[in-house]
Amino acid sequence: MSKVLVLAEIQGDDVKSVAYEILGKLAGQSIDVAAIGSIPAAAAEKLAKHGAENIHSLKGDKLDHYTPEGWSNALKNFMSDKGYDYVFSGATATGKDLIPRLAGMFDAGMASEVVNFTFDGGTFAGTRPLFAGKCLAKVEIQGPKPHFVTVRPNALGMPTSENAKAGATNEASVDAGTIRAFVKEIVKGASEKLDLTEANVIVSGGRAMKNAENFKILNELADVIGATVGASRAAVDSGFAPHAMQVGQTGKTVSPSLYIACGISGAIQHLAGMRTSKVIVAINTDPDAPIFTKADYGIVGDLFEIVPLMTKEFKALLG
Amino acid sequence: MLNIFVCVKQVPDTETKVIPNSDGTFIETSSIKWIMNPYDEFAVEQALLIKASNAGATVTVVRVGGSKDTEALRTALAMGADEAILVEAGDNLDSYMIAKAIKGAIDKSGKKPDLVFAGKQAIDDDCLQVPQLLAQMLDMPSVSVVVGFEMNGTKLNLKREIEGGSLEVYEVDGPVLVACNKGLNTPRYASLPGIMKAKKKPMAQHSLADVGVTDADRRVKYSGFTLPPEKPAGKKFEAMEEGQRAGVVKDVVGLLRNEAKVI
Ligand SMILES: Cc1cc2nc3c(=O)[nH]c(=O)nc-3n(C[C@H](O)[C@H](O)[C@H](O)COP(=O)(O)OP(=O)(O)OC[C@H]3O[C@@H](n4cnc5c(N)ncnc54)[C@H](O)[C@@H]3O)c2cc1C
Repeated sequence: MSKVLVLAEIQGDDVKSVAYEILGKLAGQSIDVAAIGSIPAAAAEKLAKHGAENIHSLKGDKLDHYTPEGWSNALKNFMSDKGYDYVFSGATATGKDLIPRLAGMFDAGMASEVVNFTFDGGTFAGTRPLFAGKCLAKVEIQGPKPHFVTVRPNALGMPTSENAKAGATNEASVDAGTIRAFVKEIVKGASEKLDLTEANVIVSGGRAMKNAENFKILNELADVIGATVGASRAAVDSGFAPHAMQVGQTGKTVSPSLYIACGISGAIQHLAGMRTSKVIVAINTDPDAPIFTKADYGIVGDLFEIVPLMTKEFKALLG
Repeated sequence: MLNIFVCVKQVPDTETKVIPNSDGTFIETSSIKWIMNPYDEFAVEQALLIKASNAGATVTVVRVGGSKDTEALRTALAMGADEAILVEAGDNLDSYMIAKAIKGAIDKSGKKPDLVFAGKQAIDDDCLQVPQLLAQMLDMPSVSVVVGFEMNGTKLNLKREIEGGSLEVYEVDGPVLVACNKGLNTPRYASLPGIMKAKKKPMAQHSLADVGVTDADRRVKYSGFTLPPEKPAGKKFEAMEEGQRAGVVKDVVGLLRNEAKVI
């Protein structure tokens, strides 16, 4: 049995769901959870249900907002006397930036963006996509402990059974140390929706959208099914959507339960970013578009006709 | 004088069909066309923009990798970088070894880095580790996924893209590592005279041992490279005609609910 720390990220009155996904997969290990900030009581209860023995809310000056130095110093400070074998985090915007720096502080190894893992005999072995998902490989970590792992959101899925543990809550004060690069301001993006990398449902538009205004029909569908809207590079390069919305090898890698591709041909670089989606729906006028070879459900049709019909149908279904 | 370093990686062209090698220890590399990692182009460009407005600034590009093909370094020199350093190594080093090798190469150059640029990620192993590890090793702050860059003397204003297109605006005074994202600038193409000049520019070459990296530095081991399982063929519905549309959409929505169970 290994001693594992799962780093959670507070979001509203819960923590980001990837923490629960990780906990589910860690059953059998001795698990602590920590987050910078105050872990909401309801979240602490859920974390305990899914296997957390201790739940640490870490507090200190200059930690209100994420900075790579502040948060990594604070976590190093917290972890110093705990003897963790492994530290897990979601491969979120924060996790991707924070964990490598923290691993560097321990001269330790890190496996990035794993999509599955095992813990035979208390030792981690992960699976992760490489070359933009064109192949998979087994990843193992060696050298000084703790070993660090980031897990791609939505890849493991939510735990289906409970593994209740004590879930003792604790507040610890931590030191942010010296921060040389500090956050002066946060500029809110237009979207209040979940980020593409964490979204469970995505509706994407390609070059066929023709202009930015037409993304309205995708937004309407997305609102009904709780989706985040993405785009192909052709749509981004044509100015229909910002780069933050690009899915693909030089955009975001996503793995939602449902990916609806509207007017996207399915170029290799686009497929690289979304092929691990559980279910893919493609809407395209060209019956030979390569996207259909990856689609679970393909509709040969005009997206400007099909998408509004789909919105209507989902509305009727979901009330 | 401003010492600027840029980390570049050479990666398979995005069109490459990736095939695991026969023993599954890596991929087949014999017929791969190599390119500069697309995100590194933004890093090189940003360094060159700073050089253009800071007399005496030098731009040194550093790469860790095979010496057979030096496409990425040559491209950077042709774009306008002053010199290059190649640390010769095999294809499958881990991020820790690469960061340590770059740190060693920077130390060996005898120049104290004022600014270090890198791409936000390499599109081959997609680890997103080297910039942060290197910054930690150089005892520098780092800002990643940078889409905005302003410089006033030693003061920098950096915009980092986070979730949902939101931005964190960082202020840094002094040396920093900047990991660049698309949108930061528009990378220039190497001009023909640039390509000719690049041939005469210095390219230092070191071994891993020269920069203090040994096998004991390996932290991550990959094995069992395989192709992802092929999906079974999906269901395809014809809905070009007006009369077909409503029915098809109803069917697909029903299947998403009852068969795929994702809604
Ligand atoms: C280095 C590099 C990196 C790249 N990275 C990425 C990346 O990260 N992400 C990415 O997406 N691409 C990337 N690309 C670009 C990629 O190669 C394709 O050019 C791009 O994905 C095409 O976008 P698209 O499918 O929207 O456009 P197109 O290929 O033009 O396809 C448009 C599709 O819309 C269909 N269509 C037209 N009208 C309608 C209609 N009314 N209703 C329904 N369907 C319709 C057409 O049949 C066609 O299939 C990259 C390329 C390179 C070289």
